[in-house]
Amino acid sequence: MTWTSETPILSIQNVHKSFGDLQVLKGVSLDVMKGEVICIIGPSGSGKSTLIRCVNGLNDIQSGSIKVKGTEVHDKHLDKLELRRNVGMVFQQYNLFPHKTAIENIMMAPIKVLKQPKEEVRQKAMELLRKVRLEGKEESYPGELSGGQQQRVAIARSLAMNPEIMLFDEVTAALDPETVKEVLVTIRELAEDGMTCVLVTHEMGFAKEVADHIYFTDKGVIVEHGPPKTFFNNASDPRTREFLGQIL
Amino acid sequence: MRYETGIAQGTGTDLAVLKPINVADYRIDELLFARWLASCPWWTPFAVFCVIACYPLMAHAQSTFTSADAFAALWKWMPFLLWSGFVFNVLISVFAMLIGTFAGVVLGLAQVSPNAIMQRLAWFITQLFRNSPWLVLLFIVLLALPFEIEVFGKIVRIPDWMKGVFGLSLPIMANISEIVRGAIQSVPSAQWEAAESLAFNRRQILWQIILPQCYKRMLPPWMNWYAILTMATPLCSLLGIEEIITLSRQAMEAEDNHPELLVPFFGFALVMFFIYCYPIARLTIKLEKRFAVKL
Repeated sequence: MTWTSETPILSIQNVHKSFGDLQVLKGVSLDVMKGEVICIIGPSGSGKSTLIRCVNGLNDIQSGSIKVKGTEVHDKHLDKLELRRNVGMVFQQYNLFPHKTAIENIMMAPIKVLKQPKEEVRQKAMELLRKVRLEGKEESYPGELSGGQQQRVAIARSLAMNPEIMLFDEVTAALDPETVKEVLVTIRELAEDGMTCVLVTHEMGFAKEVADHIYFTDKGVIVEHGPPKTFFNNASDPRTREFLGQIL
Repeated sequence: MRYETGIAQGTGTDLAVLKPINVADYRIDELLFARWLASCPWWTPFAVFCVIACYPLMAHAQSTFTSADAFAALWKWMPFLLWSGFVFNVLISVFAMLIGTFAGVVLGLAQVSPNAIMQRLAWFITQLFRNSPWLVLLFIVLLALPFEIEVFGKIVRIPDWMKGVFGLSLPIMANISEIVRGAIQSVPSAQWEAAESLAFNRRQILWQIILPQCYKRMLPPWMNWYAILTMATPLCSLLGIEEIITLSRQAMEAEDNHPELLVPFFGFALVMFFIYCYPIARLTIKLEKRFAVKL
């Protein structure tokens, strides 16, 4: 609506979320500017994944506000489909459609949802496959691809919708160490192209390298945040230091 | 030696151990009928026929009507029983399956509807028809449906066999509904989420992403129910519909009702059903095995 590039493209204010009695998010706030890459790190169960699932409306929130380009996500009258065209998401388990080939996975949403002409979409899909370095794999089914290859198809599938924000939910957590790298390279290239990225990750080295800003969550709150340099070298909160001590 | 919990003297542990459970032993087999039928060797009907062929010799040895006469009578009636009788059984099963499948898919989709009222209602209808005796359903349909209806000012008679088809399609509908519901719910919820995040709406997700993944899972149980349905078509003889059992009884009456006729005539019907359903059951189990590997 009244969104300009000087205001955050994604603005999360004081978000609370609970599953039954279990409080998962207890007042989380963060802002992301267009073109920024932020990483959310923290121990398991600290609400990282839940937070980004709330951003594209897969989970709803109890209170607070999440705005994408100035539009409230958890407004009852919001067109969720419109929101999801702007926000792409990549999952830990890839979640490709097993009955479709790689290229069909990528082409499906633009054709069925955006109603774009098939030939145009095919060309774009081929381009995206090239971008994630999977030329020649377009006719392979997900079951015939390795985890890293599947995850890159999943990234291309999200990109085909031309989103303005990409959410990555622990996308390398299910991969073996050798294939982690190929996925991270793809994400880094995306970030360099100026895509706004929100990553939930356990890859500290990667976070240090690509992130503009790092957020550390624990028990449903953001404990500490800052640019990677200060965050990794001068963490002030004891919880952050303990976590980093275990990981690094 | 010092004693520590978890380490028993000698080998092993003194902690409680959960032994592995073979889940397959406890699961209800939805393909029970097809599996049983498919496990019969192909020569089963011949073996059955040989055994029952001896029956009249022992029981009625003193009669002048020999079992050879009985088989001669069967030979005479066989084309009639086959083409006017058994073919009609097959037709009834095909029509009942078509109607039952169509209605069952609609009902199954309603069972996963986000609308709670619709979902409860579909669940209730499914359970009602799934757990009712087939014969009771057949009689209710026979008595509840009018024997003629008016269409565009013209009186159209509803033939009894059509009522039979409708009555048999009800339990099929309910069972297909359960197959559809089960298959849809067996697709991981992550598939729904992935599709939602790509801005597909509910209808698109269901028809383009979830259901195409279900066909393979649904095919074997669907065929299983077709075999069960075909075996159940003789129930229609109780409604007076002229299928193989009704015609067999009429033919025996025409041959003076000799008790020796009973076994050859009904044995013939049994063999016909076996010949028709056995390949279906074999194929069902084959498909099930093939689809089970790929997932």
